[in-house]
Amino acid sequence: MVTTLFPTNLFEEFDRLQRELDRLWSGWPAAIREVALDTVYPAINIGRTPEAVEVYAFVPGVDPAKLEVTLEQGVLTIAGERSSPIPENDQVTVYANERFAGKFRRTISLSEDLDPDKVEATYRDGVLRLRIARKAHLQPRRIEIK
Amino acid sequence: MAETNVTTRPGTNVTAQEAQRVPTAVPRVDIIEDQTSITLWADLPGVSRDSLEIKVEGDTLTIEGNVSLPVSEGMEPIYAEIRAPRYARSFTLSRDLDTAGIQAKLNQGVLELRIPKHQQAQPKRITVQAG
Repeated sequence: MVTTLFPTNLFEEFDRLQRELDRLWSGWPAAIREVALDTVYPAINIGRTPEAVEVYAFVPGVDPAKLEVTLEQGVLTIAGERSSPIPENDQVTVYANERFAGKFRRTISLSEDLDPDKVEATYRDGVLRLRIARKAHLQPRRIEIK
Repeated sequence: MAETNVTTRPGTNVTAQEAQRVPTAVPRVDIIEDQTSITLWADLPGVSRDSLEIKVEGDTLTIEGNVSLPVSEGMEPIYAEIRAPRYARSFTLSRDLDTAGIQAKLNQGVLELRIPKHQQAQPKRITVQAG
């Protein structure tokens, strides 16, 4: 069921979607907390299947055991902290300091038909993947004609 | 796709040909220098050790990696902040750096590169003896 192949088409699809959103929203004032999209940490991608919602949080450099993930009434929160590797002394010259450091908390409103008891979390190469199942009775069902 | 989706910044060097092939993002980096070396950290979430390539050609250091995510069959993307399936960034190295001695570690989606300076480029402390 799960493929680890490089999902080229998936990224193309994400890209197409984003272009559409950009086109749709360009010129509109952005929400005050979402102005600096480029600096948001962690970045998030979301996908869906008929049975589940899949959330990918890009959290490089964070120990997965120290991530705090909660799902309550359809609201997903991912929180944690990432420290900077740059030593705080004058023995070093800093040429670039672009990576996020500090505490973070991201809250995403997902649909309310998700089952908080059916969340699978996996972590690989700095990406946290959450697969959250929809509540069984709300999943689309094929009606058999006898 | 008529338009390409490549962000370029100073220090970035993606050829137009490459850019047209795959949308590429510039990874964020921290870079410091101490007395013996330069250390660079780059955020490369989703890049495995096998798909990471670090090259030194002449005085140019290039980091490239493909992002791969586990995906359920039939998944339909509905929201995306990471759109490019590839990271690439290049840096020019000065001659005091010893490219043969570069050490690389990839851990939890963060690349750490240590580039030592040549011995003769490292500052020497001259001890003044009491007369």
